[in-house]
Amino acid sequence: MSLWEYANPRKFMETSALVLPWLWALALVCLLGGLAWGFFFTPDDYKQGSTVKIIYIHVPAAMMAINAWVMMLIASLIWLVRRHHVSALAARAAAPVGMTFTLIALATGAFWGQPMWGTWWEWDPRLTSFLILFLFYLGYVALWEAIDNPDTAADLTGVLCLVGSVFAVLSRYAVNFWNQGLHQGASLSLDKRENVSDVYWFPLLICIAGFVLLFVALVLQRTRTEIRLRRIKALEARERLA
Amino acid sequence: MPELGKYAVAVLSSYGVTLALLAGLVGLTFWRAGRVKAALREIEARQGKGSDG
Repeated sequence: MSLWEYANPRKFMETSALVLPWLWALALVCLLGGLAWGFFFTPDDYKQGSTVKIIYIHVPAAMMAINAWVMMLIASLIWLVRRHHVSALAARAAAPVGMTFTLIALATGAFWGQPMWGTWWEWDPRLTSFLILFLFYLGYVALWEAIDNPDTAADLTGVLCLVGSVFAVLSRYAVNFWNQGLHQGASLSLDKRENVSDVYWFPLLICIAGFVLLFVALVLQRTRTEIRLRRIKALEARERLA
Repeated sequence: MPELGKYAVAVLSSYGVTLALLAGLVGLTFWRAGRVKAALREIEARQGKGSDG
């Protein structure tokens, strides 16, 4: 069976209807379990005190803010190259989800930064690139809403997505490019010495899994809605012609 | 409830904002899905077509 079969809206609707209840359930279990473990059962950090508990929402949200844009980039490229409508609709469906995750990362970063750095905001490379990524999300959503022709909207938002990818990459690697700013390096690393302590690592992994599952569930659910909206428009057009 | 000390406002605000935004997003997603599904059913019934699920 080819992956492209899922580009068929009917096939996509059938498969997603089967998968979605499991995804929602798993996302809920991981999110509630991970957040409860992290919030109630992990100790304070010797330097950061109880603010370390913000890691369980800030890090997964920031990761998904970037990964959502990467998913939109892949879907947009598939649209631009192969003209599969479901991929364009999936990119559209993912944008408000990615935008919300970016907003969560920015807000929790500010709440964390104020007691630790003494400021809510700093024009630090990572913070600034995240703010620009948020503005790209806003622009992407607005562009979809502003254009009536769905194919033209998909083309233009696809190009915008390609341009915005620079900032998605910068958001991830800004701390490595510029050795300055307040934000520390990555919290998760394959190098054990750079990683967070195990006591925070395991609940954090579960929270990350929860955010990933929530993202996939939301995107599938919203893509189904976009497909139905597209069908409504087609049927209405047919009605007008009749 | 764990002892959050002097950082209680920062921690609780972070969790509060996150849960509110996520609940809003999930709620809006389901509300819109229900509305669109009903609209599609209506137009398909009017035109005598089968549902796509």
